[in-house]
Amino acid sequence: MSSEKIDVRYVAKLARLALTDDEVARFGAQLGDLLEHVNALAKLDVSQVDATAQVVESRNVERDDIVRPSLDRETVLNEAPQRQGGFFRVPRIIAE
Amino acid sequence: MEIIERSAAQIAREVNARTLSACDVTDAVLAHVEAVEGDVGSYVSVLHDQARAAAARVDERVKNGETLPLAGVPLAVKDNMCLVGTRTTAGSKILENWHAPYTATAVQRLLDAGCVPIGKANMDEFAMGSSCENSALGVTKNPYDLSRVPGGSSGGSAAAVAAFEAAIGMGSDTGGSIREPAAFCNLVGFKPTYGRISRYGLIAFASSLDQIGPLTRTVEDAALAYDAMAGKDPMDATSIDRAIEPTATTLRTDLTGVKIGIVKQFDTRELGDDIDHLYDKAYHDLQALGAELVDIELPTADYGLATYYLIAPAECSSNLARFDGVRYGMRVEGADVHEMYEKTRAAGFGPEVKRRILIGTYALSSGYYDAYYVRAQKARTLIARDFEAAFAQCDLIACPAASSPAFQFNAKSDPYSMYLMDYYTIPMSLAGLPALSVPCGWVTPAGGSSPMPMGLQLTAPLFKERELLSAAHAYENMTKHASAYRPSLERTPGGR
Repeated sequence: MSSEKIDVRYVAKLARLALTDDEVARFGAQLGDLLEHVNALAKLDVSQVDATAQVVESRNVERDDIVRPSLDRETVLNEAPQRQGGFFRVPRIIAE
Repeated sequence: MEIIERSAAQIAREVNARTLSACDVTDAVLAHVEAVEGDVGSYVSVLHDQARAAAARVDERVKNGETLPLAGVPLAVKDNMCLVGTRTTAGSKILENWHAPYTATAVQRLLDAGCVPIGKANMDEFAMGSSCENSALGVTKNPYDLSRVPGGSSGGSAAAVAAFEAAIGMGSDTGGSIREPAAFCNLVGFKPTYGRISRYGLIAFASSLDQIGPLTRTVEDAALAYDAMAGKDPMDATSIDRAIEPTATTLRTDLTGVKIGIVKQFDTRELGDDIDHLYDKAYHDLQALGAELVDIELPTADYGLATYYLIAPAECSSNLARFDGVRYGMRVEGADVHEMYEKTRAAGFGPEVKRRILIGTYALSSGYYDAYYVRAQKARTLIARDFEAAFAQCDLIACPAASSPAFQFNAKSDPYSMYLMDYYTIPMSLAGLPALSVPCGWVTPAGGSSPMPMGLQLTAPLFKERELLSAAHAYENMTKHASAYRPSLERTPGGR
């Protein structure tokens, strides 16, 4: 495991999160502390162990494809920050 | 006993017998909420109209000959669960004005069973926290000492039930968020086996861990709520398709023939003399009920916290990617779409949520994925195997639910000291096991003036909810710790 310093700005960019300079400093220190604690896992021998994603027996769950009522479009769109007609309105994504 | 203090079981019995109406119960509870909410602050929203309408429907159904297992029972719904038409905030500014377009399956099942929704309960933002202090929507106080936290993340539900503002509180538990507030507020808090209760309509935090369960004043009420909520739901592919054995009808009053494991790694002497004596007494009481105590080991349990604080943030960073200012919640405009995402999330999320998104994103990022995330998933396997080996020697495991009673506001300013509150509850969550906290006595914290409750955590093998609730019931029935003290609330006559 690595104990190198986290590049908080880079990680925040990946997470699409704008941070203030103050947050970068504070979160950087706090995440560094936490990583020290989680680095304890390096002591565990896991070479012969499979990863667990979910504990309880579970296989692919399939169901019949049956048409049934879904959420009302108006109700859903009314909760959106911005709508236009039957759509969510977003800032321009593709350049002109 | 005053109406508001009656158990869910008592209320349902009387409403079904028509010696009490659901409307009268609801009016009494709403009046009491009015009287104490200023002090306690359990609810983000109080649902006066919906509650009265639901109560009238319950009375109508009972009048038409139906018997409902939870007829007229006042319910607190944690604010990360959808109830159609109501504001559902998950304790976050980003969802402050969002209204749920549908109802969560677990909520619907309780309403169908006769529950009356009194309000949406406060919580740590997106269920991340152990004190409710991470809510962006307000402060919730511990009804047993208003200078102390109610626990978290289901702190509003816990405070509501402890302060008689509801008889059943719905909680969600990812690493201890039902069991720790239950311990802090003198309640029974029950997290069933992973997959037993549908999460459809629960706002996701860490999907491989999130579970819904009840907070109640008695074990019987927890059993009744579980019986109503459990079972396969086609809308949640992770809900388990297994027969549900009703638990409320099979509660025992002794523990003859039950082997209970005491965990060697969890040395309660480290928690101070008062707390050590309290758990010693609790284990002796289990023995007095007929249980045989055996020493067990959970060698990997100490790695639980490290494992959890990689897996849960990793899953949260993925789940919370959906809050991008497009489909629901708040939006902060930016020069382009990326700036809109970044500003929206910066303004909408609080510091704890940001910390977890960052740590999770880091643990999943290229170059660190194997070292952190995959290694944590492997540690998780070892922790689950520890429990399997332990359960070869015993039927249940007993240990503390939390390392201290409820602490004062702002006592845990360093994030890691708050994370440590989940030390005893996280291993069970990682293994998906059913576990609960039941009141086990009182201690007066250093510098505190009133005795505060503590919780005994009992854990069972996968799917053994019946045995777990049964044992908790036997313990509660003999010790009656919960009734030793009352919440310290000023109560006006109008609230009675």
